Amino acid sequence: MATLTPAKALAPIGTAGKLFAFALDVIRALFKRPFQLREFLQQSWFIASVTIIPTALVAIPFGAVIALQVGGLIKQFGAESFTGSASVLAVVRNAGPIATALLVAGAGGSAIAADLGARKIREELDAMMVLGIDPIQRLVVPRVLACMLVAVFLNGLVSVVGVAGGYFFNVVLQDGTPGAYLASFTALAQLADIWQGLLKALVFGMIAAIVACYMGMNAGGGPKGVGDAVNQSVVITFLLLFVVNFVMSALYFQLVPQKTGG
Amino acid sequence: MGVEIKIENLTKSFGKDLIWKGVTLTVPAGEICVMLGPSGTGKSVLLKTLIGLLKPNEGSVIIEGVDIANCSEKDLYEIRKLFGVLFQDGAMFGSMNLYDNVAFPLREHTKKSESDIRKIVMEKMDLVGLIGAEYKLPGEISGGMRKRAGLARALVLDPEIVLFDEPDSGLDPVRTSFLNQLIVDLNAQIDATFVIVTHDVNSCRTVPDNIGLLYHKHLAMFGPREMLLSSEEPVVRQFLNAQRVGPIGMSEEKDADELAAESDQELPPLPPIPLQLAPSNGIPRRAQRPPGEWCRLNGITPPPGSFMSQNAGLAPGS
Repeated sequence: MATLTPAKALAPIGTAGKLFAFALDVIRALFKRPFQLREFLQQSWFIASVTIIPTALVAIPFGAVIALQVGGLIKQFGAESFTGSASVLAVVRNAGPIATALLVAGAGGSAIAADLGARKIREELDAMMVLGIDPIQRLVVPRVLACMLVAVFLNGLVSVVGVAGGYFFNVVLQDGTPGAYLASFTALAQLADIWQGLLKALVFGMIAAIVACYMGMNAGGGPKGVGDAVNQSVVITFLLLFVVNFVMSALYFQLVPQKTGG
Repeated sequence: MGVEIKIENLTKSFGKDLIWKGVTLTVPAGEICVMLGPSGTGKSVLLKTLIGLLKPNEGSVIIEGVDIANCSEKDLYEIRKLFGVLFQDGAMFGSMNLYDNVAFPLREHTKKSESDIRKIVMEKMDLVGLIGAEYKLPGEISGGMRKRAGLARALVLDPEIVLFDEPDSGLDPVRTSFLNQLIVDLNAQIDATFVIVTHDVNSCRTVPDNIGLLYHKHLAMFGPREMLLSSEEPVVRQFLNAQRVGPIGMSEEKDADELAAESDQELPPLPPIPLQLAPSNGIPRRAQRPPGEWCRLNGITPPPGSFMSQNAGLAPGS
């Protein structure tokens, strides 16, 4: 094993700092004109096309698992009338944004990191800078915005498909009553849950895109470097997303008064 | 009309690896310069420092009064519009066809109409002999064609400075000599300042007005072509004549034992200096000087047979 020098031990902090500085650059470039509408639309379409089907396919079992778990648990409590409400809460509040984020990071983010990494090692990014064009404004900003947009839409998709899946499992397989399932939606859940789900998806999409772009643009050392960048971008995004999800959930419970049921 | 590049006391290191130190030189406006050096001496690093892609640890690069090494990001993007750069592999944008690649700088930086853009792009494509391949993707063409397409893109904004990163790597000898002729013709036509990084000795003997040699982490020599080609300085002499005898070894420099073993070897005499490549239309370039002028002014007798032909002293097989 290589010797652990202070420089090596502190390297992750340096990377974290650079990632943060990169995020600030992106936010600053967000307001620079001209806005790259074409690239934005192309990227939105591209990210949507690689994520929609996997997301839908993931959302069905996701909703089903939640319905099964929650349904079983709630039966033990003897509170069957809240089944619908509980699974809606679970899907809309957490499962939706998380499933969306995993897919945006895993499918969209890895594609972005691979694309930018390949451009980096082929010196395309250098060529662009030399032609007087800032790659952050030209390439990164449209991708980040596209990821955010697609994440929000996907979140809606996951929520709908997840709730529908939960309904199917509860009503068909667990002998729940359709009316009770639907009626209990509003018992515990409220409109703010959807807003925070959308906000989470927005933030997760942004984090996934920024990490993927940063890793891709800093790929080095030939084709292997691109592979490493893709791998790292997915891993780092996942780590960040779970931490941010925790923080945002905690804040949400502190800031928004919860319904008490009834 | 070309602008001057003034490099002062430039030092660059990656972590603890010193690349080069104290590089000072002035590339005169409108002239062709070749930067030479054994592999791994940081020639490409120097080129990237000239356009601000890499920041030097010390020193300055001054172009039109702006210090590229220490200026703001905004000034840097402004000053880069003066540059055209040909990267080693052409660095074409893989998602666009050649036409869009060449048109890209025009679409981003000018408000020209599509028909004007088409005229300019076709003119540049014609210049590099790529008419008929406009709608191919960079992945579908050979390395030589990518390189020529890269050159067309570098020229499309009428740059004042053109940088070439190893224009001859991966090209066959015939294409290399065509490219060399193209470089000379271009210089005659647009009068821009050309900086070429290469380790092809034959191109460097005939094309440039000035030659610089990077060796052992410093600039060994920089000056007019005739000065370096008539130099007795061991490193310059060894490199420009592609010999094994001399201070440059296989990995880096030779150690004392190897040098001592060579000390009694007779060095071959300096080969004659070839004529400089002239523009194909016969009209001399603005920066071109009469053959032998530098030697005459500095009282140096050029090696016998100099200035007789363009092939004099070239390495065999070319």
